[in-house]
Amino acid sequence: MGLLSWFRPSAPRHGIHPDDHKAQTCGKAIRRLAFAPRLIVPLGQHIGKPSKPIVRVGQEVVRGECIAEADGFVSVALHAPASGIVEAIELRQMARGDVGQAIVIRVCQGDSQQTLGSPCDPDTLDSKALLERIQQTGLVGLGGAAFPTHVKLAIKPEQQVDTLLVNGCECEPYLTCDHRSMLEYSADLILGIELALRITGASRAIIGIEDNKPDAIAKLRDELTHKPWISVRSVPSFYPQGAEKVLLKTLLGREVPSGGLMVEVGATMQNVGTLTQLGRLLTRGEGLIERVVTVAGPGVERPGNYLIPIGTPVGFVLEQVGFHGKTTELVLGGPMMGQSVASLDAPITKGSSGLLVMDEAAVMEEQRKSYPCIKCGECVRACPLHLNPKELGLLAAKREYELMAERFHLNDCFECGCCTLVCPASIPLVQHFRVAKAVNRERVA
Amino acid sequence: MSKPQIELRSSPHLRPRLRQTPSVDSIMRNVVYALLPICAFAVYRFGISALALIVTVLAACLLTEALFNHLGKRANSLNDYSAVITALLLALTLPPGFPLWMGAVSGFIAIALGKAMFGGLGYNLFNPALVGRAFAQAAFPGAITSWTPAGVEGRFIEFIPGTLTLPFTRPQEVSQWVETVAVDGFTGATPLALQKFAGEATAATELFTGMVTGSLGETSALLILLCGLYLIARRMMDWRIPAGILITVALVSGAFYLIDPNQYPDPLFMLFSGGLMLGAMFMASDMVASPVTPLGVWIYAALIGIITVMIRLFAGLPEGVMYAILLGNAAAPLIEQLTQPRAYGHTRGRTRGRKRGDQA
Repeated sequence: MGLLSWFRPSAPRHGIHPDDHKAQTCGKAIRRLAFAPRLIVPLGQHIGKPSKPIVRVGQEVVRGECIAEADGFVSVALHAPASGIVEAIELRQMARGDVGQAIVIRVCQGDSQQTLGSPCDPDTLDSKALLERIQQTGLVGLGGAAFPTHVKLAIKPEQQVDTLLVNGCECEPYLTCDHRSMLEYSADLILGIELALRITGASRAIIGIEDNKPDAIAKLRDELTHKPWISVRSVPSFYPQGAEKVLLKTLLGREVPSGGLMVEVGATMQNVGTLTQLGRLLTRGEGLIERVVTVAGPGVERPGNYLIPIGTPVGFVLEQVGFHGKTTELVLGGPMMGQSVASLDAPITKGSSGLLVMDEAAVMEEQRKSYPCIKCGECVRACPLHLNPKELGLLAAKREYELMAERFHLNDCFECGCCTLVCPASIPLVQHFRVAKAVNRERVA
Repeated sequence: MSKPQIELRSSPHLRPRLRQTPSVDSIMRNVVYALLPICAFAVYRFGISALALIVTVLAACLLTEALFNHLGKRANSLNDYSAVITALLLALTLPPGFPLWMGAVSGFIAIALGKAMFGGLGYNLFNPALVGRAFAQAAFPGAITSWTPAGVEGRFIEFIPGTLTLPFTRPQEVSQWVETVAVDGFTGATPLALQKFAGEATAATELFTGMVTGSLGETSALLILLCGLYLIARRMMDWRIPAGILITVALVSGAFYLIDPNQYPDPLFMLFSGGLMLGAMFMASDMVASPVTPLGVWIYAALIGIITVMIRLFAGLPEGVMYAILLGNAAAPLIEQLTQPRAYGHTRGRTRGRKRGDQA
């Protein structure tokens, strides 16, 4: 380091190179976490209508049994993550501080880890039946968005999809759950890709993996030598390479039209974690009851990748992995776009890719002095979507929210946070944009 | 086990890498570091008059900044170093024998009219130092063009006569003093004026190393280049602006030189003479007053380069960098408006200039 570190590290043209902190967990094999005494399974874990409970309070449920069914097309089923008794169906505290309906299961400790399921051979089913099955498994996008997978895979007849993109970038610092899944569950992943190819009608699949995971790239390439229609592409590591729009541009050179969907340009994207579960659950006929979560951060005593039952309270996970005293913040998801946890009773949900225990030294200083914008252009160079955060920020300060949306593409911003992180004046740009979007939404409503 | 104390914060939660994102004050501080060698060289060449002038302008700028902070009930902004930069840049554009009281007035104007009136750091339309310099040019036309030779013996113990002029009086004529100290052949003109009005060329190497007469900071192009490279290496300055200006000046003046080498100076002379190097490196690249869009930066730089050459070759003034940069600053918001980058997922031009309420 020394003299070299005195010069600023190079930044990618559009995006940033934060410290990735992945070494803490990327070598740790996935381990199972114990059952918490009570599991809180929220009904609204996905984007869309909340699931409809089909169990009564006091009813006994078996691990893997369906406890709530999909309510409409954009909705999925829920399954009991452990055997036990339904203690309540009531409002519970969620991670972001709001409350939501949840099924609370008192776990019968010591019960079998066997999972209820009805295995089937996916080869015998047509794509319509497969989609129905996927909806019943309760599978949603495990990268964090939690959008129902069957909805995304259901390509309308008038739309043509030539390529299935598989997102193995995992560009968020700290997170390594997708990395470990690719290494340990590669057979499930490849099965999932084959199924998704069949459902979407795409002729080829490209797995995009950041070049900081050479072992995963090598392993998948090795296993895919006999399947030339699935290729593995090493892509440059930067944040947010794993954002859907950015990866599409990197892999195919296409852009999602503003306000449109990726299928309009003939591609669709799935996260590796999602496809791994797809391959696994569909053949076994099981539901999504647990997921790989990276538990990391400077405040954790035993960081690693854990297979955690859905509904496990965050506080219970912390007890299991141990934490140091000076914890200041818990984050569900990655440190760039994740959600600060409001309560230790909040549960791990299908969309939780990571649980980060941050201390004072790791989180952004709240009190860092804010200066006026000096128009240095760092944010303009950092924005992955080539927006003009500087102009948006100046307009936000004047509360010109409508102008931001009309002239400066506010609604294209997916809040990756690059602009905030690089701002020398410490202006909370992305936070301003969230407020602006919320105000605009209210104005429309 | 005790429960952790947790706080709710909004993303991003990551602490930025400090070296990747220096704060505003550290950028400004480094610009000051980059200017210090140039100031030191000026003091070495011109003696204690230069030192006194730099200190006076600095004091005037800082006091003015403090005054306006007090009047506007704003937080203390002296520690962000932006006023120091303005002061040093302004002092470097003044001739060595410039009366101190005039320097103080120019410093006041630079901060008051150039910066505080617009709302302080970040809101100024023009480079404040150049506003001060433009004021000095208009208000004290005599003093700002009376050049004294560099490297005079006894420069560290004796002031140049003009320096200690009483406030609100004209400085005495320096030509007599110059005759007593000057080496042979000193004409009291800068290389640019010599070239323009007398047709005498100065060798590029002399310009490069600073063995010529001129303002405090327009002597050694080499030193300014090195100091600018320091900021560029630390990525605290947009290299495209100085590069664009210098390339444009070289190309445009080169074209004229090719047309008639007897009438027009050669491009190397144009590059290394006058305030071009200082202006291109440290003034035009002022972040606040320059555009940020990728294409806009090049247009802005080219505009400044072209105007500089035009003023030098065809206008009544020997030097045009100051006006070129001020005009560039004035055009910057418009340039930026017209060069908004194509955002992801948009086709160029489709949404540009869309009026309020229209739908795409």
